[in-house]
Amino acid sequence: MSDMQDFRPSRRGFLGLAGGAAALGLAAPAPARAQAIATKAKIVILGAGAAGAGMANRLVERLDGAEITLVDGRKQHWYQPGFTLIASGLKPASYSVSGTGDWLPKGVKWVEEYAANIDPEGQVITTAGGEKLPYDYLILATGLTLDWASIEGFSLDQVGQNGIGAVYAGPDYAAATWRAMDEFTSKGGVGLFGRPATEMKCAGAPLKYTFITDDYLRRKGTREASQIIYAANNATLFSVPVVNEKVKLLFGDRGFDTRWNHILTGIDAEAKTAHYKIPEQRVLNPDGTVTVTPEKTTAIAYDFTNVIPPQRAPQVVRESGLSWADKWVDQGWIEVDQGSLRHLRYPNVFGVGDINGVPKGKTAASVKWQIPVVEDHLVAEIAGREGTAVYNGYTSCPMITKIGRAMLVEFDYKNNLTPSFPGVIAPLEELWISWLMKEIALKPTYNAMLRGKA
Amino acid sequence: MKDLTFETLIAVFEEIFGRGLFWTMVAVAAVVTVAYLYVLIRDRHLSARKFLAAQLFMPIGAIAAVLFVQWVTHSGFGDIGGPVDWIVLLGVAGMGAVGIAILVYTVQALIAGKSPKAAE
Repeated sequence: MSDMQDFRPSRRGFLGLAGGAAALGLAAPAPARAQAIATKAKIVILGAGAAGAGMANRLVERLDGAEITLVDGRKQHWYQPGFTLIASGLKPASYSVSGTGDWLPKGVKWVEEYAANIDPEGQVITTAGGEKLPYDYLILATGLTLDWASIEGFSLDQVGQNGIGAVYAGPDYAAATWRAMDEFTSKGGVGLFGRPATEMKCAGAPLKYTFITDDYLRRKGTREASQIIYAANNATLFSVPVVNEKVKLLFGDRGFDTRWNHILTGIDAEAKTAHYKIPEQRVLNPDGTVTVTPEKTTAIAYDFTNVIPPQRAPQVVRESGLSWADKWVDQGWIEVDQGSLRHLRYPNVFGVGDINGVPKGKTAASVKWQIPVVEDHLVAEIAGREGTAVYNGYTSCPMITKIGRAMLVEFDYKNNLTPSFPGVIAPLEELWISWLMKEIALKPTYNAMLRGKA
Repeated sequence: MKDLTFETLIAVFEEIFGRGLFWTMVAVAAVVTVAYLYVLIRDRHLSARKFLAAQLFMPIGAIAAVLFVQWVTHSGFGDIGGPVDWIVLLGVAGMGAVGIAILVYTVQALIAGKSPKAAE
């Protein structure tokens, strides 16, 4: 009996931990721990966020004597999966904030500046302060930039007032978004949501926030007098077909008004109106003719909106010549092999995280699976072997459908669902256990990933 | 679960309950467990009467545990969505029931003091 007493918290915790493991994809193929390989290699990691810090912690374990330098001007580390919870009033802004330096291992050098130039031919990085950092191997873990400037009439100082939210902008902006959403849901009105037409990090987040706002309207008794509009950037709600169908069903169930092919171009904060472009549509008719609907613009009035801007590779990466020349040309993601995450033209360059030009994988859970792959190929290269690890596109999204329930959605490049607990936790079911994972277990698991554990 | 270390587990608990509450709960659980073992060893037997009283408290412990978990996770009964959720809920309730039974038994035994076997 006393054993049971002791066991009580651990069992609950274990469930939670197992959940976090699912969400962050702990089932990733991990290379066997071998003796550290002696090397004098100069390795530069651009970016000390989740991908960069996690990568550095793994490499110091695997390599002995390597000169590892991280380049990142950002002093704060942001736990980005927490932004939705902050913007839902469940956590304070401080929930997502720690220090970049807190996560870096001993034995690496952190240059607290942004990179100004990447020269993959000369194998040298130049920092904003002019410092030259030559490298043998380069790991790009820069993350992406949010292109707020491309939303005409919008600026971040509007967030939190006049019904404008911007969950993605950072912990304080997420908290300001909560203030605006709280005010809106108390009164009711038109809630307007959507996503950009570029690739984006956590494509489930725009949907989650729509569901959560709907939930608050219902809890406060203002849903009847309100309208929720979701302006999708194309003809789908989610890139994975089976998930898309499920989300469509839920949108129908919740009574959301979905508009298709709406690309946000501007915000008029005074008039509380969002402006959209609807690209030219071509439809093939049964008789073989094509009906062309020319591009047009439209506007939607709102009382509350969550602005999510186009997302692109940072300028320094786009100018480096490492981007795809024929894909995502307006976004600049780097040209890596989807399986090995190694650059296709510069084999001593690798990518981890949001910066990779691969069809899926812009989530923290993906980083969890990408780190061991890059680690394997890089360490093998240094040891004079051939790496074997393959990234399968694993991406995970705890899709919150109301406060207290979520769907644990996990998938790969081929749009297969890849549930971590098949037969136990159904991927397309709205479950309390999936919510517990998102709210409780994800952050400790994420932190373990940053430290190179888990 | 490749690296389910003790350190990671502790981090998860601190995250769930908050650092202060978690360590307070650990301390309480440890004290109750030690006290329970103490009265068992002291009395050299399990009192059926005290055990019956302890069992009467089990539903209260079960309900309290469920409400507590719901409170720390901002959720409620309406969020139960499938069989696995019921299993988790029942598991939490079961642990609450067992926990309070041990607590009530221990408290009774401590209050009653060392009783001769004839008192049964």
